[in-house]
Amino acid sequence: MTDVVLDKAPVNDTPPPPSSTLRQPRLPRWAPLGIGALSAALGSGVGLVAGLESRIQWGLIAALLYVVINYTLATLVEGSRQAKDRLATSVVWVCFLAAVVPLVSLIWETVVRGSKVMGVDFLTHSMNGVITLQEGGGAYHALIGTVEQVAIASIIAAPLGLLTAIYLVEYGGGKLAKAVTFFVDVMTGIPSIVAGLFVLAFWILYLGFDYSGFAGAMALAILMLPIVVRSTEEMLKLVPNELREASLALGVPKWLTILRVVLPTAIGGITTGIMLAIARIAGETAPILLLVFGSPSINNNPMEGAQSSLPYYVYEQWKLGNTASFDRAWAAALLLIIFVMVLNLVARAIASWKAPKSGR
Amino acid sequence: MAKRIDISGLSAYYGSHRAIDDISMSVEPRSVTAFIGPSGCGKSTFLRTLNRMHEVTPGGRVEGKVLLDNEDLYGSGVDPVSVRRTIGMVFQRPNPFPTMSIYDNVAAGLRLNGKYKKSDLDGVVEKSLKGANLWNEVKDRLNKPGSGLSGGQQQRLCIARAIAVEPQVLLMDEPCSALDPISTLAIEDLVGELKSQFTIVIVTHNMQQAARVSDRTAFFNLSAVGQPGKLIEIDDTERIFSNPTVQATEDYISGRFG
Amino acid sequence: MSTDTAPASPPPPPPSPSKSAGSISSGQDTRPGDRVFAGLARGSGIILLVVMAAIAAFLAWQATTALTENEGNFLTTFEWDANADPPVFGIAVLAFGTIVSSVIAMVIAVPIAVGIALFISHYAPRKLAAPLAWAVDLLAAVPSIVYGLWGALFLVPHVTGLYEWMDDYFAWTGILEYNGGAARSLFTVGILLAIMILPIVSNVCREVFKQSPKMQEEAALALGATRWEVIKMSVLPFGRSGIISASMLGLGRALGETMAVATVLSPSFLIEPSLLDPGGGTFAQNIAASFKEASAAGIGREALIASGLVLFVITLLVNGLARLIIARRKEYSGANA
Repeated sequence: MTDVVLDKAPVNDTPPPPSSTLRQPRLPRWAPLGIGALSAALGSGVGLVAGLESRIQWGLIAALLYVVINYTLATLVEGSRQAKDRLATSVVWVCFLAAVVPLVSLIWETVVRGSKVMGVDFLTHSMNGVITLQEGGGAYHALIGTVEQVAIASIIAAPLGLLTAIYLVEYGGGKLAKAVTFFVDVMTGIPSIVAGLFVLAFWILYLGFDYSGFAGAMALAILMLPIVVRSTEEMLKLVPNELREASLALGVPKWLTILRVVLPTAIGGITTGIMLAIARIAGETAPILLLVFGSPSINNNPMEGAQSSLPYYVYEQWKLGNTASFDRAWAAALLLIIFVMVLNLVARAIASWKAPKSGR
Repeated sequence: MAKRIDISGLSAYYGSHRAIDDISMSVEPRSVTAFIGPSGCGKSTFLRTLNRMHEVTPGGRVEGKVLLDNEDLYGSGVDPVSVRRTIGMVFQRPNPFPTMSIYDNVAAGLRLNGKYKKSDLDGVVEKSLKGANLWNEVKDRLNKPGSGLSGGQQQRLCIARAIAVEPQVLLMDEPCSALDPISTLAIEDLVGELKSQFTIVIVTHNMQQAARVSDRTAFFNLSAVGQPGKLIEIDDTERIFSNPTVQATEDYISGRFG
Repeated sequence: MSTDTAPASPPPPPPSPSKSAGSISSGQDTRPGDRVFAGLARGSGIILLVVMAAIAAFLAWQATTALTENEGNFLTTFEWDANADPPVFGIAVLAFGTIVSSVIAMVIAVPIAVGIALFISHYAPRKLAAPLAWAVDLLAAVPSIVYGLWGALFLVPHVTGLYEWMDDYFAWTGILEYNGGAARSLFTVGILLAIMILPIVSNVCREVFKQSPKMQEEAALALGATRWEVIKMSVLPFGRSGIISASMLGLGRALGETMAVATVLSPSFLIEPSLLDPGGGTFAQNIAASFKEASAAGIGREALIASGLVLFVITLLVNGLARLIIARRKEYSGANA
């Protein structure tokens, strides 16, 4: 780790002058901020002068300048150890900003561009009869599709996942439980398009059913199942064993102990996990593309015929490739983000409100 | 090598909670000062304010002055990193770096300062391990991981690591609380030897230990749970244990509470 | 708790002393409620296994159908003409594009993600750290199609300047040449995938860094280590395997990502020498893009399933490796605790 350091000769200050040991020359406290402002200014300046059109370049130049200036100044004033520390600090800050900028831009663009056509009309109309280049139309049919497909997927996956988690935590320990644990992990890693292909192979090619919202919902359920199992498992493990033992010692049968003592204790966390899983699958596009096929008109029946869904709608409108359709795509994306964020926020609120107080 | 510490009007906080209140005292150089008191009285917190480790805890904040030979540790422009290099610390539980060998553990502090040759380093490592009474036990396995040692050996390794950087002061936070009686005895003997070179401050729960190893003893107490800890009195150990001036000290020492 | 007495092996009715205390006459397992409930729980676990088996079986079966009719070489053919008669298709371009875009994503995302994780766990002002961690969590939940839309309509026009710049200085490498046009290339896909996997990778890293033993960090601090030295001495050695497994999880995501690639990439069945020029494809993107034409007749859909099977196997391997590393780390740290 410190090979570099070893070949340095003992420096003259080995017995440091006793009075100066605590005080080291330091850069002033505002130095990082100042250097940051300076590099930002320099970065923009260089960008302007050199006529670089991409702001990304300006940012990269500024970031590089920030790291270099910080390091150089610190080496001059504070010595090499502090300089390394400053280098690490500035790199970490730059990493953070490098991540924040695109993510903020993503949210910003979606909100700004999405609010153009967002409105009552957009929420209450389908695309039926709207010609490609025409403005207007809405995402009502997609909203219906998303709600139905996600609801069906949840109805399939939530109980199955809950019971599987109960099996793993309360009845597990054997070979079967180990296999299930392993395959839950495997399932978590299945790409959504592969889940879609499986339902395609099984439901449509093998059993001969037609494209429908239900087919899409099955693929979504496959994606949701492992998330529910994992999060429920974690929550059940947090329930202190003393509670189970106390209940069993009262002569309560095991299944009632689980239903009346264990589940109510963990219910907050379990709900959170299920809601996060719903948020996750609500944004899935790929399986819908393969299994629901997309339709411009309202289809309230998820069991028969093509439907649409919000993420699919975004893709479809993007593919149409004109200004009016881009506006609709952004509006649907905004709707999707709001939907997912609200689910997330509510889920987290439940988690902190219902957090098991006696948990570790 | 050893410096005196003068503390005046020192209070420490965790967020808005005041853990210790307005403590003033002095620690003599080349002596052992013991901090005793019931759990939660803030003696460990106080110890951690002496090398600015308290501010590492989330929400940790300090008011007051700590003078190390008349230089305020909390003065502006003072680098906490330098403070900690000058004032070493040994923790409650032995904490050698698990990824490093015994040798590397002892050398860790020196390497940070980056001004040593391999041969110099060998010398310092040997001297420190000898100083910690550990050399004979580990000299044949310096390249083995430090986590393979017994608890008592690990704690002496941590002491060796702390004294290798030649600090002015050595702070020990209940260094024997996780150890068996034999290892405890070894550490106590070591403390007796180290005080010829260092200023030592030791926090202990064990009053016999305070009586055995220290020259001066400070008694801390708190008026109620949730209240800040206070310094009740500090005096020569002999006096504290035979004839304390404050009633609470006598009650605590005679085992009437705490 | 007697957890290992499962109802599958019905216990003999005579009262056995090993039964859990509390049940006097009838053993717990013979209660109908217990039997039904345990059966349901166990059944759910079995259903999960059956689904997994079915996924593998059906994909393999459909893939075999396609492969037996394929007139090209599945591994080396540079085209995808599965609807034709005879069908000719191969995954060479897709495999190349998938791997290249994922590798670009990893190279960009992993160092930055480690930086963010360190920022939140060790650098950020405390009041900022919790909301930041929370914000990163939320960003992990943004649907991939939204990233795709943003990538296609915002990122693509904004990286052209950067690419011209790279072309100026690095065109000699051959792989970083840029010949103008919309930057709907594998490199842009890589950048977008990097942004998409940042939250998950940094979340996992952050969890690991947060668990790094405080005792060792304090030991380093007490020796007079700077913050960076503390991290180098006690946080990074402890978190190394965590970083690796987090990267693998991110890689798994990047390999299987469909919509973001399908929106950004301008596909072709050629391997372009320059990563900055449009063209190429990935497994998932090709499935999404070719599906509507493929569903008409022939073995188009089966061929896509075959390529999906390859993707499935690759992601399984990557995720399996990640889990293995995590499991080994648990044992290791358990022995050390």
